[in-house]
Amino acid sequence: MTELFLKGHRACAGCGSVLALRYVLEALGKDVIVVNATGCMEIISSQYPESNWGVPYVHCLFENTASVATGVSRALKHLDKEGTVVVIGGDGASYDIGFGAVSGAMERNEDILYVCYDNEAYANTGLQRSGATPFGSATTTTPSEMGGKGEWKKNLTFIAAAHAVPYAAAASVAFLPDLQAKLKKAKQKKGFRLVNVHAPCTVGWKINPVKAVEVARKAVECGLWNLFEIDDGKFKLSRPVGEAPVAEYLKMQGRFKHLTPKQVETIEEHARSVKPELEKLEKANVNFQRFL
Amino acid sequence: MTEKIMEGSIAVAHAVARCSPDVVAAFPITPSTHIPQELSRIQPEYGFEFVPVEAEFSAISAVFGASAAGGRAFTATSSQGLLLMHEVLFAASGTRLPMVMVVANRAISAPLSIWNDWQDSISQRDAGWIQLYCKNSQETVDATIQAFKITEEARIPVMVCFDGFYLTHEISPIDVPEKKEIDAYAPKGKRDSLDVGDPKSFGCYATPAYYQDMKKEQDDALFASAGIIEKHAGKFAEKFGRPQFAFIEEYKNDKDAAIISMGSLAEEAELVADEGLAGVVRVKCFRPFPRDALKKALQGKKRVVILEKDVSFGLGGALATEVKSLLFEAGLAPEVTSIICGLGGKDVSVKNIKEALQEKGSAWM
Repeated sequence: MTELFLKGHRACAGCGSVLALRYVLEALGKDVIVVNATGCMEIISSQYPESNWGVPYVHCLFENTASVATGVSRALKHLDKEGTVVVIGGDGASYDIGFGAVSGAMERNEDILYVCYDNEAYANTGLQRSGATPFGSATTTTPSEMGGKGEWKKNLTFIAAAHAVPYAAAASVAFLPDLQAKLKKAKQKKGFRLVNVHAPCTVGWKINPVKAVEVARKAVECGLWNLFEIDDGKFKLSRPVGEAPVAEYLKMQGRFKHLTPKQVETIEEHARSVKPELEKLEKANVNFQRFL
Repeated sequence: MTEKIMEGSIAVAHAVARCSPDVVAAFPITPSTHIPQELSRIQPEYGFEFVPVEAEFSAISAVFGASAAGGRAFTATSSQGLLLMHEVLFAASGTRLPMVMVVANRAISAPLSIWNDWQDSISQRDAGWIQLYCKNSQETVDATIQAFKITEEARIPVMVCFDGFYLTHEISPIDVPEKKEIDAYAPKGKRDSLDVGDPKSFGCYATPAYYQDMKKEQDDALFASAGIIEKHAGKFAEKFGRPQFAFIEEYKNDKDAAIISMGSLAEEAELVADEGLAGVVRVKCFRPFPRDALKKALQGKKRVVILEKDVSFGLGGALATEVKSLLFEAGLAPEVTSIICGLGGKDVSVKNIKEALQEKGSAWM
């Protein structure tokens, strides 16, 4: 593969987000400009005087990346310069602290391809709870002593669709051809595009560093992370919703080690209830762009 | 030169448009609103990208991005909007990106007030921006045009401040130079930017081995920007035939006593100087702080009265604090009076300024 994210980065062994990033850049090619939010992918790649970025790169802050990208995109347009503006931001930057800016950029339909690497916690600051942390997961602010997180994760991809953006997709680092096909499709479109990539954090999820892809695959196989796209408002599953028992996924990870049988049952019921809803949505041929 | 009767904000908006920005991003906040409103109205005529963002935090962030992409970028704000931008101000100056912001000075909540004082921009004095405080709308127009040249040469963001309502909404005869004249004075240059043909990384992470050295370079550049500010004030004066004050303005400063102030308040103090009661030394450039010019202007003074519309809580007026430090450094020891006044739009009359000359030590009025 042509590496545009260069060797020598400082990420943890087996990092799912770095793996995603390498394939994201490979799919998108050289004619991109990356706007990166503060977070894991930023600190591991941009330590002065080195940089791992083989494409133009700018980092500003944690919570304003969609707005910085807005400015880059508008300036390129006015200056007649080339390049697809690509945001790389984690779930902290995208689901939570920077969400206002993300929503604003979506509503204005800024010409930005936003890639969220969702590792389901504020990994860079020491694995605290985020809006993307799943129910039951232990984090350093929802410790096992309190039973893990008590709320479900929010669905950023559907939130994007509710803004009637041209393209919103959920992908996984365990399904690279699907991830790359979505990115290539998104790159061909104009306006705000989101590709939301599930990417295990080996440290935070407390998994063996060689198992990141296996764990990510299991999340899809048991229906806890579903692959789909909402293309010009039309919802389409990228593969059938998985039906494997969630216990197979949960037991692979230390962050779920404390779960009671009751909690596991709750998660199982949740996963099983998602499948028919997503299938109904696909079958109904609902147009998300008509909800404005 | 053609003077037209117009509102201060409208004049500033036209000056900005004629500076050929690539991107203007803004979020409305009183009393700065007329600037982006007018810019959006005349956008079709000039063709710049106008981004009506969802918050001031995004306005300055979009300006950051536009500048990193090589564009000329502008925003305007006031008060809470400027405070919301606070974090980005440091990122912008630390990344050494050129940009211009006009601040329509307004008080800070709580209690809520839409009226004028300088607390908003004075609270940003350590953010690493050049800060210019203007005495009237004409000077604001002129400073805004110069600001694009200054920021692009110094690679330091520039904040042009003028008093909310007193100036933003004041209607007076103003000359806004034509676009072709500004094009000749302030042509766009080339600089490193985000470019797919030449990939570079901006906005790095620095370990302790590098961080302080970078901050020292930034501070050195801010001091050195004085030369750039002076140069462009001179060039502007030459081209447009209006005298410009780069750092300070001295008005009838031949008395034993001097009033030191900024903005439209300093212009008002000129009326007291006209009665022969004291001279006026107006600080136009607050950052970099004009130490040399002020030392010279305050030589031999027996008395110095500082009037300002801001407070560093638990200490005193920010301008007075700077002036006292400067006097100590220069070995000067006039009697110093520090007056905090005009907060949240409280009226400061000529009578008040005369009364201030009778005060001792520190006082609020």
